[in-house]
Amino acid sequence: MSALLAPSGWVHLDWVLLVVLVWLLIGAAGALALRRLRLVATLLFPLSALCSLVLLVVAFDAASSVPEVAVLPIGLPQLPFHLRLDGLSAFFLLLIGGVSAGVSSFAAGYFRKGEGTPPGLICLEYHVFLASIAMVVMADDAYVFMVVWETMALSSFFLVMANHRIPDIRRAAYLYILIAHIGALGILLCFGVLQANTGDYTFANMRAQHLSPFWASAAFVLALFGFGAKAGILPLHVWLPEAHPAAPSPFSALMSAVMLKIALYGLLRVSFDLLQTRIWWWGVLLMAIGLASALFGVVFSTVQVEMKRLLAYSSIENVGLMCAGFGLALLFSAYGMTGPAALALTAALYHVLSHGFFKSLLFCSTGAVLHATGERSLGKLGGLIRYTPWVAWSTLVGVLACAGLPPLGGFVAEWLLLQSFLFTTGLPSSFLNMLVPVVAALIALVAALSGYTMVKYFGVIFLGQPREEKLAQAHDAGFWERTGMLWLVAGCVVLGLMPNQIIALIRPVTLLLVSGAMPQAGSGAGWLLVPVEAARASYAPAIFLLGVLASCALAYLLVRRLYHGRTRRAPPWDCGFALQTPRMQDSAEGFGQPIRQIFEPMFRMTRELPSPFDAEPGYRVTVEDPMWYTLYLPLAAFVERLSRLVGRLQQGRIAVYLLYSFLTLIVVLLVVKQ
Amino acid sequence: MSLLGLFSQLMAILAALLLAPLLSGWVNQWRARLQNKSAPGLLQPYRVLRKLFHKESVLAEQASMLFRLVPYVSFGCMVLACAIVPTLSTDLPLSPAADAMALVGLFALARVFVSLAAMDVGTAFGGLGARRDMLVGFLAEPALLMVLFCASMISKSTSLTTIVETLAHRELAIYPSLLVAGVAFTMVSLAENARVPVDNPETHLELTMIHEALILEYSGRHLALLEWAASLKLFAYSCIGLALFFPWGVAEADAPLALIMALPVLVIKLAIGGVLLALVETLSAKMRIFRVPEFLATAFLLAVIGLLVNILLGVG
Amino acid sequence: MTAQYVPQLINLCATVILLLSFAMISQRRIVSLINLFTLQGLALVIASVLLGYATHQNELYVSAALTLVLKVVLIPWLLHTVIRRLNVRWDVETLINIPTTMLVGIALVIFSFSLALPVSQLSKSIAGGSLGIALACVLLSFLMMITRSKAVPQVIGFLSIENGLIFAATTVTNGMPMIVEIGVALDVLVGVLILGVFLFQIREQFDSLDIRHLESLKED
Repeated sequence: MSALLAPSGWVHLDWVLLVVLVWLLIGAAGALALRRLRLVATLLFPLSALCSLVLLVVAFDAASSVPEVAVLPIGLPQLPFHLRLDGLSAFFLLLIGGVSAGVSSFAAGYFRKGEGTPPGLICLEYHVFLASIAMVVMADDAYVFMVVWETMALSSFFLVMANHRIPDIRRAAYLYILIAHIGALGILLCFGVLQANTGDYTFANMRAQHLSPFWASAAFVLALFGFGAKAGILPLHVWLPEAHPAAPSPFSALMSAVMLKIALYGLLRVSFDLLQTRIWWWGVLLMAIGLASALFGVVFSTVQVEMKRLLAYSSIENVGLMCAGFGLALLFSAYGMTGPAALALTAALYHVLSHGFFKSLLFCSTGAVLHATGERSLGKLGGLIRYTPWVAWSTLVGVLACAGLPPLGGFVAEWLLLQSFLFTTGLPSSFLNMLVPVVAALIALVAALSGYTMVKYFGVIFLGQPREEKLAQAHDAGFWERTGMLWLVAGCVVLGLMPNQIIALIRPVTLLLVSGAMPQAGSGAGWLLVPVEAARASYAPAIFLLGVLASCALAYLLVRRLYHGRTRRAPPWDCGFALQTPRMQDSAEGFGQPIRQIFEPMFRMTRELPSPFDAEPGYRVTVEDPMWYTLYLPLAAFVERLSRLVGRLQQGRIAVYLLYSFLTLIVVLLVVKQ
Repeated sequence: MSLLGLFSQLMAILAALLLAPLLSGWVNQWRARLQNKSAPGLLQPYRVLRKLFHKESVLAEQASMLFRLVPYVSFGCMVLACAIVPTLSTDLPLSPAADAMALVGLFALARVFVSLAAMDVGTAFGGLGARRDMLVGFLAEPALLMVLFCASMISKSTSLTTIVETLAHRELAIYPSLLVAGVAFTMVSLAENARVPVDNPETHLELTMIHEALILEYSGRHLALLEWAASLKLFAYSCIGLALFFPWGVAEADAPLALIMALPVLVIKLAIGGVLLALVETLSAKMRIFRVPEFLATAFLLAVIGLLVNILLGVG
Repeated sequence: MTAQYVPQLINLCATVILLLSFAMISQRRIVSLINLFTLQGLALVIASVLLGYATHQNELYVSAALTLVLKVVLIPWLLHTVIRRLNVRWDVETLINIPTTMLVGIALVIFSFSLALPVSQLSKSIAGGSLGIALACVLLSFLMMITRSKAVPQVIGFLSIENGLIFAATTVTNGMPMIVEIGVALDVLVGVLILGVFLFQIREQFDSLDIRHLESLKED
C-alpha cells in the first residue's frame, strides 16, 4: 500500500486533503448544473462514491502509521489551519469513507425531479457536508475545528430543509439548528477553558496544559453538553426524532450513521486526548447519561408508527450505548486499569463502526420503500417482500445487525461490551463494584428491546399482507440504490465475520487514548476473538455461522433424501376463520402495545376512545415525548418572558436612548477613576 | 482438536437429537399421570415426527421464501446450541466458537426468525403470537444472561466448558448466589419453553397461545422441524441448568473413560428434572398474559440480586 | 471439615432470608405471605443454631428456641386464626405496582450492601458478611409495610423487620444479651396481640381492613 503512495511522495494527510478538494469540486460542479438531474445523479454522485472508496483505503493504511501534522495557510493571517491525522482521526475517516461510499451510490439512484430544492444545490450541500466532516476529524486547533463544525451544521441544516415547501420540515430544521448552536456554544466554552489563559488555541498547547480538577471537570461537563447536543443524548435529543424524518433518506442515513459519531469523536478527543487528568465520576456520569438515553430511545422506538422516527429513536438508543461504553472506559482509565479500559473502548468503537453501517442501510431502505410506495407510515405498508425483494433481503441483514444478533457486527460490539463489564469487580470502590452489574443488566435489557423494535420494523413493512391496494404497484430499487445497499450489507457482514482484523485497526486508537490494548490475536488463533485469554472467553463468528449453515443444509438434504419435498399452496389456515382482510393484521400501534403498557409512566399519552354514541367510532392514541412538556416548553416560556422583560428597554423614544448612552459614559468614567 | 474431542462432540449432538423428543415424551407422560389421565406412550413424539415428515407441507398462498426458510434456521440454531452446552463432556471442539453470551444470542436469533415467520402470512393470530413471544423474550433473555453472568463471576470465565469444570471441581461448597440464580433460571426456562405457568403447550384456545400461535400455519416437514427444535430447546435449557447447578458426572478432557458413564448419569439427571417439571406444571395455574411481564421481571431482578450477593459475600 | 462448611451454610441461610423478603414483596395472596414469613423465621432459627454450634455459645441456642416458639409456631398460628375469623382471603392490593416496588427494592439492596461492606470487614464474627443482607431485609420489610393497603400485610412487615434486626444482631455480634433478647420477644408478642385487637376494631368500624379508610378519621 505504501508503495502506491511512495512515487508521489505524499503522506496520508495529503491524500485526504485531495479527496476533500475533489468533493468540493464535485459540489461546485453540481451548483453549476443546477437542474440537470441526469448529470448529477449518474455522474457526480458515483464519482463522489469513488472518492469515498479512496478515503477508505487511505484511512486503512493510515490507522497504523505515525501521526502526521500539516499547517494550511488558509484562514486569518495569524491563525492558519492546523491539521493532524492520528489513529483516532484515521478510524473516523474509515467510518466516513465506508459509509458515504454506500450512501452516495444510493443517493445516485434516489433523487427525483421536483422535490423542493434543485438536485444541483443538494449536490453542493451534500459535498460541502462531507468535506467539512472529514476536516473536523483532522482539525488540530480550536479555530479550524469551530469553522468546519459550523460549516457542517449549516450544510446539514440546508440538507434537512431540502423539501422546504412543507412547514413541518421547516420547523424541524429550525429546531435542529437551534440545538446545534446551543451545543456549539458549549463546545466553544470548553475550548476556552482548555486553553487555560495561554491564548494559544492549538490542540498541542491544550495537551500540554495541566488543569486543576475543578477546571478539568468544567471542561468535561461543557464538552459533554456541547457534543452531547449534537450526538443526541438525553435531554438534548429532541431534535433527532424531528430532523431525521424531515431530511431526505440518504441524508438521514448520513446524519445518523456519521454525524452523530463525529460528535462522539469530539467528546473522545476532549476527554481522552486533550484532558490529561481523569476523574472517576466523569465516567459514572457519562455511563448514567448514556444508559438513560439508551433506555429512553429504545422504549420510544418500540411505540412509533412512522418508519423514520422509529429509526431516529433507535439511533438515540445506540448513541446511548456507545456513551455507556466510553464512560466505562473513562472509569477504568481513571483508576489506572488500562487493560479493561482498552476493552471497553474497543467495544464502544466497534459499535460506532457497525452502527454506521447497519443504520445507514436501514435508512436507505426507508428511502427505497418511500420511493416504491409513496408511504412512510407503518400503518399503510406491508407485504413488500414480494414486490421489492432486493430491498427486503438487504434490510433483513440490517435488521439482524441492529438487533445485535450473531453472527453480525452488532453482536460483536455487544459481546465485547458485556465482557468488559465482567472486569468491574476489580474496581477499588465497593459502591461502583455493585453498581456496574446493574448497568450490565440494563444494557442486556436494552439490547433485547431493540430486537423487539426490529422485528416490528421488518415485520410490519415487509411481511404479512399489503395494507393498501396500491402497494401491488411497488417497484423494486434501481441499479444505484441496489449497489449502495449491497455495499452496506457487505460492511455489516465483514464487521460480523472478521472481528480480529477490525480490532487490529482499533488497536492504535486505544493505545493512543488509554495507553492499553487488547491482546494480539496469536498465530493460528486468527479465527477466534479473544478479549483476555482463551480459557476465559472466546467467540469465533465464522465457525458459528458455518455451524448454523451446516446444520440447516444437512437437515434440508436429509429430509429431501429420506422423505420428500412436496408442497401445496392453499389459503391460510388462521384457525378456520373464513373472512380475512389485511386490516386484521397487527398494526404498528398494536405491535407496540405491550411495551406501551409496561412502560406507561415514561410516556405522555393521549387517547381518544370510542363511545357507544358515536356515529363513526374511532380510536386514536398519540404518544409524545414527556421531555417537551417538562423541560423544553417551560424553558421556552421562561426565555420568552425574559426577553419580553428585556424588551422593555426598547422604549422607542430618542431621549431615552440618549439617556442610556449618557449613563454608560458616567459609569465608565467612574470605573476608570478607581 | 483431538480425535476424542471430535468423538465426544458428535456424541453430544447425536444424544441431543435422539434424547430430546424422549424428554418431551417423558414430561408429557408424567404430567398426564399426575393429573390422573391415561398417559401417551413414551415414544409418542417420535411417532408424531415420523408422521409429520411423511405428510405434504401445505403453505399459505402468500407465504414468502422466508416462511419456508425459518424451520431450517430454527432447527440449525438449536442443534448448534445443544452442541455447545456441555452435556456429556467438556471436551468440545466447538465450544471456543461460542460462549455463554453467544448461546443467549443463538436463542434470540431463533426467536426473531420464528416471530418474523409468524408475521409473514399476515393473519391476526400470527401477529398476536409474534408480539407475545417477543414480549416474553425481551424480559427472559436478559434474565438468562444475568444468570449466566452469575456463574461466570464465580468461575471467572464465560466459556461454558470452563464454568462446568470450575463448578464441578470445587469441594462441595454451596454458593448462595447460585441459589438465587437457580430460582431465576427456573422461572426463565419455564417462560422460554412455553410451560405452565406462562403458556400452556397443550392449549387449543388461540387467544391464550404464545408459542403455539407462532407455528399455526406450518404443516408437514416444516412443522416436524419446528417441533423437534422446540424439544431441542427444552433439552438445551435442562442441560444448561444441570451444567450450572449440578455439574457432577460430566466427562472432562483428561478422563476419556468417564464418557461412558456420562450418558447414564445424564439420562438419570434429565429423568429427575422431567418429573420435577411435570410436578411444577401440575401444581401451577396458567397466568394471565398481563402478569407474565411481572413474573419475568421478578426473575430478572432475582438474577441481578444473585450478582449483588456474589459481590457482597466475596466468595460467591 | 465443619469449620469451613458452617460459614457457608450461614451465608446460605442469609441468602434464603433475603430471597424470602423479596418473595414477600412480590406476593399477592395473604396466606402465602404468612407461609413465607414462617419460612423466614425457620431460616433464622437454623442460622442461629449453626452459629451457636460454631462459636459454642449456648445463649444462641436459647435465642433460637425463642424464635422458633414465637416466630415459627405461635405468631403464624395467631395470624392464620385472625385471617380465618375476619375472612380476609382475597388478593392484596398495593399502592404502587409490583414491578416498581421491586425496582425500589433493588435500589435498597444496593444501598444496604454498599453501606455494610466496610463494617463487615471490621466484624470479628464468622458470619460478618451477612450484615448487608440483614440490613437489606430490614429495609425491604419496611418497604412492604409502606406499600400495602391492607392491615395484615403491614403487621407481617413489622414482624419481618424484627426478624431482620435479630439476624443482624446475631451475625455481627454473635447475639444480643439474654435480657434484651427476652425483652424484645415479649414486646413483639404483646404488640401482635394488641394489633390483633385493633384489626377487629377496624373491621367493626369500617367493614373492611383497608387502611385507606383510616384516613376518613381526619378532622377536616
